[in-house]
Amino acid sequence: MNLLDSSLSLAYQGNHKMTGLQKISLAIVGLGTLGLLIAWASNGNISPLPTFIFSLAAMTIGSLLYTYSTYSGKIPGIKNNRVFQYGISSRGAAAWILGIVVTGFYVCLYWFPHLLEGLIRLHDPLSHGLRGKAADQWFVYGTFYTVAVLLMGIKFIFKYRHNRYQIIRTISVMFFQLVFAYLIPAFLALLNKPDEYFSYFWPLDSYALRPDWIAGKSSLGTFGYVVIAIGILMPFVVTPILTYFFGKRWYCSWVCGCGGLAETAGDPFRQLSDKSLTAWKIERWMIHSVLVAVVLLTALLWFNHISQNTILGGFTEGFKSAYGFGIAMAFSGVIGVGFYPIMGSRVWCRFGCPMAAILGLQQKYFSRFRITTNGGQCISCGNCSTYCEMGIDVRHYAQRGQDIVRASCVGCGVCSAVCPRGVLRLENGASDIGSRTDALRTIHISEDEVSILS
Amino acid sequence: MKIAIIGNGISGITAARWIRKLSDHEIIVISGESDYFYSRTALMYIYMGHMGLKETQPYEKGFWKKNRIGLKRAWVKDVDFKNKKLHLIPAAKLTDHDFLPAELPYDKLIIATGSDSNKFGWPGQDLEGVRGLYSLQDLQYMDNYSKDLNRAVIVGGGLIGIEMAEMFHSRNIPVTFLVREKSYWSNVLPDEESAMINRCIKNNHIDLRLGTELKEIVDNGSGKAVAVITNKGEKIDCGFVGLTAGVHPNIGFLKESDLETGRGIKVNEFLETNIPDVYAIGDCAEQQHPKTGRRGVEAIWYTGRMMGETVAYNICGKKVEYNPGIWFNSAKFFDIEYQVYGNVPAKIPEYMTSIYWEHPDGDKSIRINFDNRNNSILGFNLMGIRYRHEVCEKWLKEKTDMETVLKDLGQANFDPEFYDQYEKHLLAAYNKIAGKNIQLKKRRGLSQVIAFLKR
Ligand SMILES: Cc1cc2nc3c(=O)[nH]c(=O)nc-3n(C[C@H](O)[C@H](O)[C@H](O)COP(=O)(O)OP(=O)(O)OC[C@H]3O[C@@H](n4cnc5c(N)ncnc54)[C@H](O)[C@@H]3O)c2cc1C
Ligand code: SF4
Ligand code: SF4
Repeated sequence: MNLLDSSLSLAYQGNHKMTGLQKISLAIVGLGTLGLLIAWASNGNISPLPTFIFSLAAMTIGSLLYTYSTYSGKIPGIKNNRVFQYGISSRGAAAWILGIVVTGFYVCLYWFPHLLEGLIRLHDPLSHGLRGKAADQWFVYGTFYTVAVLLMGIKFIFKYRHNRYQIIRTISVMFFQLVFAYLIPAFLALLNKPDEYFSYFWPLDSYALRPDWIAGKSSLGTFGYVVIAIGILMPFVVTPILTYFFGKRWYCSWVCGCGGLAETAGDPFRQLSDKSLTAWKIERWMIHSVLVAVVLLTALLWFNHISQNTILGGFTEGFKSAYGFGIAMAFSGVIGVGFYPIMGSRVWCRFGCPMAAILGLQQKYFSRFRITTNGGQCISCGNCSTYCEMGIDVRHYAQRGQDIVRASCVGCGVCSAVCPRGVLRLENGASDIGSRTDALRTIHISEDEVSILS
Repeated sequence: MKIAIIGNGISGITAARWIRKLSDHEIIVISGESDYFYSRTALMYIYMGHMGLKETQPYEKGFWKKNRIGLKRAWVKDVDFKNKKLHLIPAAKLTDHDFLPAELPYDKLIIATGSDSNKFGWPGQDLEGVRGLYSLQDLQYMDNYSKDLNRAVIVGGGLIGIEMAEMFHSRNIPVTFLVREKSYWSNVLPDEESAMINRCIKNNHIDLRLGTELKEIVDNGSGKAVAVITNKGEKIDCGFVGLTAGVHPNIGFLKESDLETGRGIKVNEFLETNIPDVYAIGDCAEQQHPKTGRRGVEAIWYTGRMMGETVAYNICGKKVEYNPGIWFNSAKFFDIEYQVYGNVPAKIPEYMTSIYWEHPDGDKSIRINFDNRNNSILGFNLMGIRYRHEVCEKWLKEKTDMETVLKDLGQANFDPEFYDQYEKHLLAAYNKIAGKNIQLKKRRGLSQVIAFLKR
């Protein structure tokens, strides 16, 4: 103990032990993982169906059991106990190992899929059942992704079972992942149609709206035209309307698959987002640069298409592959998810996603959405900022009684949930869009008397 | 002009920030506990692992330099008011380039030294393993004692006591909670709310002993606490005793001086002490003439913030009275949030009528008090439900008619979207008592709130 030294070093001593059931459930998850590892190592020389069923069942049962043993019988409420103590949630060794494993998986997925042969063959039976054809690495990825969103979504719902906003929102992201990003594409494949992801559109889907994309879809007849119509309507009509009414949250924390994974599997890491002003500055530069890049890319492709590749052909091709490699793969996948345990769950959404950039601009300038603060009740504790996955320093606004209108806020509502003093409320209101942040709700001094400015 | 501020808590730091906003004076903040301002209210979350110390610091390190607010980690031993000098002693290990003068001259002085935990002369109160909870050092001490702790006994049933109970509970350490009153915090909470918190404490498996006082703390023979004995003669074995029977202004180091003190440092409405150019703010200050509905010493967060802003104006040549406005406060008892606006006494006086509704689950309630002589609204008490500060305050300030408030009650609701709204139940409770049939006209929603506030 060192009373003179300000570096407080809590050792977190206590009587904390995992319960027997928690240990058993983690062991069962471990068995499921082992099944995957064996399948992977066998390179396809193992009977896929039983191994697949075994692994999936073990992971599901183990995870549900873990959720049950962790939350059942406990009084509902915010229990972020030991988050800053467990290595896995505070950049300890376990976090780094997990980060490296997930990053490695993404690297294989994008650039060395043959290394995943064993895992791909493991998914053949399911792929045949769902899509009528053999699995590929993207099917494996989609399956992992969906299972993660569902299982961790259930855990999230239990964790926040006292909060109806969180429950409904999580059911929504689980639904969109399972149905729109997994089952519908599989079903389309079964009908011999190309797999369409109706919950992704331009500019997040940088392939959409390209000349060859339009040409490709047009060749499919009516179905293709429907896809093109949706592909144009969503970004240019539906998105602005919904964002005007509800803010970017309608997409980023209710529909989007990237957001869905961040809100479920990424939830244990949300506190790792960087809250510094420097990070905010980098964020604004990066996200808007990516937006410019994708707009430029799409425009160039059209320009080339119209000019029959006479002018910028080579440059555009280079730009296209650079965007595909740098942004779509390395950034959104490898860094976006692989770095969850180190940089938090929304690295891509915050620093890279061009969709988030557009939605954010609209949210900032033309939306009813804001987070209102409750007068002078803030005690500056910092829970809100800590658990904001977007790295917003919510407390900065709350303690001065200013409503929060930030381009990056995805409206997850967790700041409001963890606030111990009931200070924050996500709201939509039309009457004051241009002056949402003007009011300072704490008591301040104006001129020469104390009065409330509001 | 050189302004020295003793104490880097919310009061001292708010004063420094506002002085910087309003002027170019030289500012230096001297504080012994920590290098940087952190939120004392978040101490429990550091212990429970919800946050680290860094997360509780509202400003980044670069902020101080940018705003030219000098920070010095030192204890002020005493103040030479006549020659305008502080006498300093080091509070931390000094690094080579860290020069600490023994004296620090000032032109104006703000004292913002906060509080200290109460001790009532209990036998054994200075043993090892006995401690209050106020500072980072106290927190470290608690943590050091938490390893293999068989039981903690907490003495004093206020807000810090219940936080300490939650802290130990989060680490699965058994807790016995001694509360002198017949029911938890019953000198502040009305009976029903107090009973709700009793239940809540017990549901969390805390061994709650109501109507029980500490008589003495037992020494193990080598200066360490091993048990407590209560006024009922019972002996409870434990490895740690938490003293949480309130706090008092931390002004011990000034007692021998010319500064006028009572419970705290006496200040007028401009936060001036009896010595020219010396001001006192925050927990350590005592208002000589508190406004109606307010007390002389109010050891809470937002009053420190308001005094810090007010004193800055006064120092920068703009005379402003300290006026904290209508009483409000909030807390959290384990998982039950609590908010209060206006006048909600523990014992309802004659002239007041109190309408109360409680959720069947027993963990949410709404109480509204009004003056039965003229039907004007007096206060709101919420458990497990959030109400909007500004709306309640406006009603209270305008002494709005009770029935108007009831009809519009929905617009005070600040709970998250999709949450059930319970205002109609409170109306039913009122209608039953008053034999009327008032209907709820407004539900939760922002636009009408903005319209109401701008009215
Ligand atoms: C565990 C806990 C929970 C709380 N929760 C709430 C809450 O939920 N809501 C609420 O409204 N209030 C709460 N409070 C009260 C609130 O924290 C205080 O009212 C507030 O911190 C007081 O601020 P201050 O700036 O006046 O003093 P402090 O925060 O006490 O700051 C004073 C500083 O001055 C330093 N100092 C003192 N003497 C000297 C000296 N001689 N030389 C140098 N430095 C010195 C001290 O070390 C200290 O760092 C809580 C308090 C505690 C302890
Ligand atoms: S500010 Fe709140 S609602 Fe917005 S992203 Fe951060 S935690 Fe979520
Ligand atoms: S808004 Fe709530 S969570 Fe954020 S600092 Fe204030 S009291 Fe803490």
